[in-house]
Amino acid sequence: MSLAEFFDMGGYALYVWSSFGATAVLMIAEPILLRGRRRAVLQRIARLIRIRTEENQ
Amino acid sequence: MFEIIRTIINRDLTLAMRRRSDVMTTLFFFVIVVSLFPLGIGPELNTLRQIAPGVFWVAALLASMLALEKLFAADFEDGTLEQMLLTPQPVFILVLAKVFSHWLITGVPLVLLSPLLGLQYDLAAETLGVLLLSLLLGTPALSLIGAIGAALTLGLRGGGVLVSLLVLPLYIPVLIFGAGAVEANVSGLGETGHLLMLGAILLLALVAAPLATSAALRISAE
Amino acid sequence: MSSRIINWFKFSSPASFYPLAGKLIPVFTVAAVILIGVGLYMSFLVAPTDYKQGEGYRIIFVHVPAAWMSMFIYLVMAFWAAMGLVFNTRLSAMMAESLAPTGAMFTFLALWTGAFWGKPMWGAWWVWDARLTSELILFFLYIGYIALKGAIDDTRRGDRAGAILLLVGVVNIPIIYFSVKWWNTLHQGASIDMKTGSSMASIMLITMLIMALGFWMYSIAVAFSRVRSIILDRERDSQWVSQLPEVQQ
Repeated sequence: MSLAEFFDMGGYALYVWSSFGATAVLMIAEPILLRGRRRAVLQRIARLIRIRTEENQ
Repeated sequence: MFEIIRTIINRDLTLAMRRRSDVMTTLFFFVIVVSLFPLGIGPELNTLRQIAPGVFWVAALLASMLALEKLFAADFEDGTLEQMLLTPQPVFILVLAKVFSHWLITGVPLVLLSPLLGLQYDLAAETLGVLLLSLLLGTPALSLIGAIGAALTLGLRGGGVLVSLLVLPLYIPVLIFGAGAVEANVSGLGETGHLLMLGAILLLALVAAPLATSAALRISAE
Repeated sequence: MSSRIINWFKFSSPASFYPLAGKLIPVFTVAAVILIGVGLYMSFLVAPTDYKQGEGYRIIFVHVPAAWMSMFIYLVMAFWAAMGLVFNTRLSAMMAESLAPTGAMFTFLALWTGAFWGKPMWGAWWVWDARLTSELILFFLYIGYIALKGAIDDTRRGDRAGAILLLVGVVNIPIIYFSVKWWNTLHQGASIDMKTGSSMASIMLITMLIMALGFWMYSIAVAFSRVRSIILDRERDSQWVSQLPEVQQ
């Protein structure tokens, strides 16, 4: 199968690539979003600790 | 134990009679929704006869859902619910009593009025009977299942919409068999199977739903 | 022998599960990448063209695994809900919470890919096929759980209310599926069949299984990552969190 034929998927290109595309997008976006969430939580905790140590001094 | 059931039912009915608007709003919501559909779809009687089972049942579903907020909210706010949870009686029984009064207030009027409204859709007398019976079996199931959602969302913001979101998926089997029974009668296939399934769901709900509701009440009211 | 049993319960505390999950995430990530990579290769380059549905049928290699995961994850969430209620362990509830968004995502993907499969095959973007309709209802169940947890501020109440909702949902799923199937067969007959034909070539089945396994590894990696963030957030006032290297920068 040539590359052009591969992308065409026997005429079903729209459907096949929309399906695999959405799957790829979501399964890549989710870990990325999670990394952002983790960073936000860590920043928040670091800030809380800083405030607490400043209060104790 | 029967003492407390009678007390709760009497109390709820008395409160409902004093605030009759609560009873009336649910009923009139049902009436209005059922009456709106022909206005939106057209007066063709053949069409109306076909959509009647679905319309009536979805309207009953929505009316039942709207009324759920009133199930525990008032008692929760004035502290009665907490007192009820502290009594030595099993919460299961208390929940059953509350749901029963709720059904008497919000479900039974729908059931009784449905044959009259069914005339708007040119349904045959026998079909009206099946409609009434299906709602008679279904609305208590809706109240029982809905009570779970009401108990889980007690006191939360976003109230009405949140309860609907939680409860609608659970309502779907009741809808399918309830509307299905009426439709089966219209199409001549026989409504017995559907009605039996409705009965089975009602029995299951009677046994299982108050359990979940009691657990949810304890969690929400603490 | 007995020391191994004690070790399991040790990990039910968030403080000891946090580092364990951290070490396991790369393992599951690698497994996921390998399995999904192999699965994709097989989906496009090994599985033969279907004589009835041409190349379009390849969608099943994401549709079916997504649908399987959507149902499996819900069951696992219900399991953790039950564990949390019975043993009163906070981590069980956190695990349920961490799985929900991923489960909802797979449910959405099952619906989305189902629509893109249905359109060329049966001419309509949405068909009220029993399984697709049940999948839609499952999506509502996920959203309901997420909405409920979002509306409750008190974590203890949220954990337990969410657990009740999950258990009620899981009991309802067979009832819902049965009633939808009944509804569907009465209204449509056997005209629409979402399977690819009575006997699927074994290579197609193997590809689907590999993709499903890959999705499973992915779900575990993502859930562990999410639960670590949840643990950090909930335990933010505790000693062990303030001593973590990642917090100390």
